Amino acid sequence: MLSPNVPANGEVHPLFERYNCGTYFDEMLSPEGGIRPHYRSFARRLQDVAPDDWVQRRQAVDALFLRQGITFNVYGDSKGTERIFPFDLMPRIISAAEWEKIEAGLVQRITALNLFLHDIYHEQKILKDGVIPPSYVLSARHFRREFVNFRVPGDIYIHVCGTDLIRDEKGQFLVLEDNARCPSGVSYVLENRRAMKRTFPDFFAEAGVRPVDHYPTELLNVLRHVAPGGVSDPTVVLLTPGPYNSAYFEHTYLARQMGIDIVEGRDLLVRDQHVFMRTTKGLRPVHVIYRRIDDDYLDPTVFRANSALGVAGLIHAYRAGNVSLANSIGTGISDDKAMYYFVPQMIRYYLDQEPLLANVPTYLASEDADRTYILEHLDQLVVKATNEAGGYGMLMGPYTSQAERDEFRAKIVADPRNYIAQPIVSLSRHPTYIEESGVLEGRHIDLRPFILYGKKTTVIPGGLTRVALRRGSLVVNSSQGGGSKDTWVLARNE
Amino acid sequence: MLSRVANSLYWMSRYLERAENTARLVDVNLQLLLDHAPLGEDTLMDQWQPIVQSAGDEALFYSLHRQATASTVSEFLVFQPENPNSILGAIAQARENARMVRDQITGDFWEELNRLYLFLGTAKARAILRSSPVEFFQEIKAGSFHLQGLVEATVPQNEGWHFMRAGKYIERADKTSRILDVRHATFPAHGTPAAATQSEALQWAAVLRSCSAWDAYKAIYGADVQLAFVAEFLLLSEDFPRSVRFSVEMLNRSLRSISGIGDGRFSNEAEKLAGRLVAELQFGTAAEILEFGLHHYIDVFQTKLNAIGEALFQTYIFQPFLTPDNEQLQQQEEQQQQSAAE
Repeated sequence: MLSPNVPANGEVHPLFERYNCGTYFDEMLSPEGGIRPHYRSFARRLQDVAPDDWVQRRQAVDALFLRQGITFNVYGDSKGTERIFPFDLMPRIISAAEWEKIEAGLVQRITALNLFLHDIYHEQKILKDGVIPPSYVLSARHFRREFVNFRVPGDIYIHVCGTDLIRDEKGQFLVLEDNARCPSGVSYVLENRRAMKRTFPDFFAEAGVRPVDHYPTELLNVLRHVAPGGVSDPTVVLLTPGPYNSAYFEHTYLARQMGIDIVEGRDLLVRDQHVFMRTTKGLRPVHVIYRRIDDDYLDPTVFRANSALGVAGLIHAYRAGNVSLANSIGTGISDDKAMYYFVPQMIRYYLDQEPLLANVPTYLASEDADRTYILEHLDQLVVKATNEAGGYGMLMGPYTSQAERDEFRAKIVADPRNYIAQPIVSLSRHPTYIEESGVLEGRHIDLRPFILYGKKTTVIPGGLTRVALRRGSLVVNSSQGGGSKDTWVLARNE
Repeated sequence: MLSRVANSLYWMSRYLERAENTARLVDVNLQLLLDHAPLGEDTLMDQWQPIVQSAGDEALFYSLHRQATASTVSEFLVFQPENPNSILGAIAQARENARMVRDQITGDFWEELNRLYLFLGTAKARAILRSSPVEFFQEIKAGSFHLQGLVEATVPQNEGWHFMRAGKYIERADKTSRILDVRHATFPAHGTPAAATQSEALQWAAVLRSCSAWDAYKAIYGADVQLAFVAEFLLLSEDFPRSVRFSVEMLNRSLRSISGIGDGRFSNEAEKLAGRLVAELQFGTAAEILEFGLHHYIDVFQTKLNAIGEALFQTYIFQPFLTPDNEQLQQQEEQQQQSAAE
């Protein structure tokens, strides 16, 4: 154990007293105790901020978020309690060189995923060539066989992707999962940056932080790019499930930033295979829908019949080519954690390249050898349901009781296709201010960059850094005690 | 503009106006009692009961409280979560509506509304109401003025703005008429009332204060507070911004701005009804109203006002659309007729 860690100039900031990197990869401090080069400029400025001042600025930011209503709704809470997503003032910093690698890896990945989706909904070459066993694709819950041979607008399936990255104990970035349906969190990226600029205005110029606020513009470009042919000035709308959705703030935020209407299902209707919105002046045509509703709820006449969120006839209009959806229907299959296992193979198959970002080693419960291994090592592995997100449907082997493991064992045996397992990666940690102790402590983090795929592929520098605020916890989801940080990508190398 | 958005803007604004008027009404009545103390329990009831009635939620009130007293009525009208028209309830609903149209309102507006809502939920708010009611209601009124100021100063005066105005003025016309009606038990059924007693004068002054009309009234009628004058002022004043006539004129103007139709004509039911009501107020006199019976007049007025609100909803918000089946049916029916005619 190395402690305490001393910055290069020998003077320990009071907030770092008692700071201990432990055996983890610490984003800011090297094992020798020095500050990593890309954090040095920030650390110098931090010397001017006394702990009292820090606490004050922190409270000001919390108050600001609450007043602005930058909150999420807690599901299952009957009082409809709104909470702010806890925000930590210590920024997560990524060097220019590191980011270059990540960015290239993400672009490679989304390109391969889009080619994969096109393939499995058309020729299915990757299945015929035996690269992926067909049963995995054909049995996937989110494989939409109704859309086989349907040509999606612009041949783009995933327009917006949020790919979760983690860093292991050696500091290597690994892909944890892809979110190719309706990834959320980008509004926090933008709001966190605004809050940081307000709190530490003088830090930015010196550090050379790459901006993120062009995201809404780029997103709108992507959406306009996929408008149905022949529409010169398309009407783009954002389709939200409504104010009670936990990401509603984000929906209104993005709609406002893009200057488009935010609509609910009941605002739209379909006539003669065209989509219209109900306005005070009658019906107005809609051409592109940035939908933040899952496939299942989009159209009660096609998918879930009891959906009150969707629009009857929407899929008909979509199939007729009169309206475009982003993301396209059927992308859910690439969120399937069994499919995740095959992404490196997809990259090799479609792009003839080696993956730039590695996966976390993964065992597929439906493969006999893997399943045997999983069942024998349940106390050492993380088991995940292939179609759950948000940290639900998971078993964190070492932290569970025998009874819980037995319960999971039965589930795995009953439905092996639905489970994968991975070794527990001890996520990198980052100095994070902890209210109870009043100092910085190491907390585990991940990173969700946002990738936009249109005429060109854009990755906004950084993304959402989520932090598990509970001591020792590896779960960063906001629904389970997670917070977030501003993520800085430096413009130049130190 | 999306119909749903127009609806939210309209109700957001209505609820804000409602909260502000309720604040004034409770505030003034609390102060009025200071002039009367000490009063017996029955007299106190007489003071508070009409306040509950004027809010139109009497049944709900008595399902929650046994008696109308200063503390039960203030609780009911200020914080009661079960009462959607309490100040907290109204602000919460204004905020809910604002949330649905956050892309339409400015950040400043949202933040101020949100601040007001969060304030009402704190223990501090309750403490202030107990220790210094005047300060508490001042806070609510100031919040409302701040929000109205933001709407005037920062919002483009487009269709959405007119829906907000329509909501504000229809609510204001309704509330002013209700506040005037609070003491209807003392109204004569017909004709001009006798000169006011001292205690009646105090009550009429309180009614004026509840409409922030005291200073404006005095400038015209002097300190002579008579029901006939008060009614004339609150119902028919041409230029007092909280009078019924003024409010209905503003409502009418906003309705016409939404559709773009000129004065003297109408393109929908709401405009027709609003135009008629404006004419009635413009060409009515206090003497006629009193002869008709003030309480009855206000009753009829409120029915007419509600009809305008309903017509507005039917015209812009609730658009009955043909279901695909009906549409198909109609198409097929038409085709059948064609072939029969050939």
